[in-house]
Amino acid sequence: MALLEIREVTKRFGSYTAVDHVNISVQAGEFFTLLGPSGCGKTTLLRMIAGFDLPDSGQILLDGKDMVGTPPEKRPVHTVFQTYALFPHMTVAENIAFPLKMARKPSHEIKLQVGEALDNVRLSDFGHRLPHELSGGQKQRVAFARGLVNRPRLLLLDEPLGALDAKLREEMQIELINLQKNVGVTFVFVTHAQNEALALSHRIAVMNKGSVEQIDEPSKIYSSPRNRFVADFIGKISIMNATVLEAAPSHLKLDVAGLGHVTAAGNQGVRTGDRGVMAIRPEQVRISHPSTDLELKNHFHGKVHDFLYMGDVTTYIVELSNGIRIEALLPNSAPGRAKFFEAGDEVAVSWRHDAGIFLNE
Amino acid sequence: MSRANIWLWLVAASIYAFLYVPLAIVVMYSFNDSRLNAEWVGFTLHWYKALLNNQEMLTAARNSLVIALCASLSSTILGTMAGLAIHRYRWKFLPVLVFTPVAMPEILLGVSLLLFFLQVLNVTLGMVSIIIAHTTFCIGFVAIIVRARLQAMDDSIFEAARDLGASPWQTFRLVTLPLIVPAVVAGALMSFTLSIDDFIITFFTKGVGEPILPIQIYTMIKVAVTPEVNAISTLLMLLTLTMIIIAARLEARASSNRNNSRQAR
Repeated sequence: MALLEIREVTKRFGSYTAVDHVNISVQAGEFFTLLGPSGCGKTTLLRMIAGFDLPDSGQILLDGKDMVGTPPEKRPVHTVFQTYALFPHMTVAENIAFPLKMARKPSHEIKLQVGEALDNVRLSDFGHRLPHELSGGQKQRVAFARGLVNRPRLLLLDEPLGALDAKLREEMQIELINLQKNVGVTFVFVTHAQNEALALSHRIAVMNKGSVEQIDEPSKIYSSPRNRFVADFIGKISIMNATVLEAAPSHLKLDVAGLGHVTAAGNQGVRTGDRGVMAIRPEQVRISHPSTDLELKNHFHGKVHDFLYMGDVTTYIVELSNGIRIEALLPNSAPGRAKFFEAGDEVAVSWRHDAGIFLNE
Repeated sequence: MSRANIWLWLVAASIYAFLYVPLAIVVMYSFNDSRLNAEWVGFTLHWYKALLNNQEMLTAARNSLVIALCASLSSTILGTMAGLAIHRYRWKFLPVLVFTPVAMPEILLGVSLLLFFLQVLNVTLGMVSIIIAHTTFCIGFVAIIVRARLQAMDDSIFEAARDLGASPWQTFRLVTLPLIVPAVVAGALMSFTLSIDDFIITFFTKGVGEPILPIQIYTMIKVAVTPEVNAISTLLMLLTLTMIIIAARLEARASSNRNNSRQAR
């Protein structure tokens, strides 16, 4: 039985449907992420799991028990808020002790557990400090410790890394993975940052306009997006209109507008004659001098329109002969060289027969 | 210093003089060894001693203190509740209902309360009617201060308390109340100062019985402005000033805490 079961949950605010017939089940011990752009309903869903909002219809079951009518304080679910929500008038130790006190744990046990929790987040010397005396990252760790100290069945995290700068964010991501591994608490994590979702999660639910578009492992979400929204939202991708000429289980033959025949990965749901788009990730596209002899099936000529230098890699935007633009990513593997091609260079682009994905409109 | 600057200083100085010289004169003459508020004769505490022997004045002062204490206590409790309700329920007419008496002309409040007490409730006017009247116009002030404090806070703090296992009452007692205490105390002090020197509403709702301080002072002035009036006014000024300073300090401290917690976010 799943630990958390969300069944046909719908929530409206006036005429606006924030969450629309959502079905999700989360297994015990999982790091599950709700990913989507702002306004997609992920936070509303989280608030309903916590008990701050009630669904208009549908059920939320925890360990098989319907949570409707159970107020937030009675649910074995704790939340880490985006703003941390530490109690400003309590010390770090008092903040962490709060859920234990509410659970009426004996005071010697509280002391022990608070000490352990402080150790876990490497803040042993900070117990007597007030929240405003801490840095952003330290506050974040206190919020984690407070959420986990009473071992909830489920920990909800509402964009907890959103307020941190990039460097700290990466550190906290690693810390978060280790924390989850060590305590074994199930995490439901909300974020709009796709790279964060890919790096942290066991499974991801991609949400858009109140609905779930796809639930899968990070690698599946990235490599086999179910539709155009998922493909576009996760990572970078070049998209071109296409029609299916031939649908075989192993591969598809597509007619890409203005480009001609392209071979793409097989997809069981696709029929000959289907219209849609072909999508391809920049790192799957090889870019080379036009003279290079390539054996790859999908092989086209174009001109470098522009490029984006990012340090470790450079993304080239190549305009193909028909005016279509495609992105190609090249690691800067030659020391001291920022790029291999200049804007205006004639180049060839190519990709494996199964690198392109066809998505129905 | 440039010419424009000198003018600016002069204007500012005269405005402040206009505000504070009359008050300074009252304080000064309360120590003047003469019956007349005409010329400085010499320093004396005579008028303060005379005040201590003025039975009617003492009764009036005691009555006013009792009224101010009761009115500030009840308006603080009710005003805090109103502030919390306005913040929580976001019902757009609620603030209008609570804050209107603050903006209402006092004369109107006085007349309407008088009619309400006499014609609707049919009660004898006295201490109780004054306390109720003062409470009605103080609630709004307390609610404004408490609500401002709540608005400056992160609402997820209260949700976090519930989330971590606190009942609504525990959330109020352990989280909300400790955080709004500075605003509540500031509201109480504010109500006290508003109540103790209120004239118009008191005048309408006092009836004929007990003497009340501001009205007693007015009655004395009708005969003559004696140095005794100066003395009692000085004392009243001192009390009010102290309260206002404490209230302002509390508010400032609360908002500096607030900024700290903001910054770190």
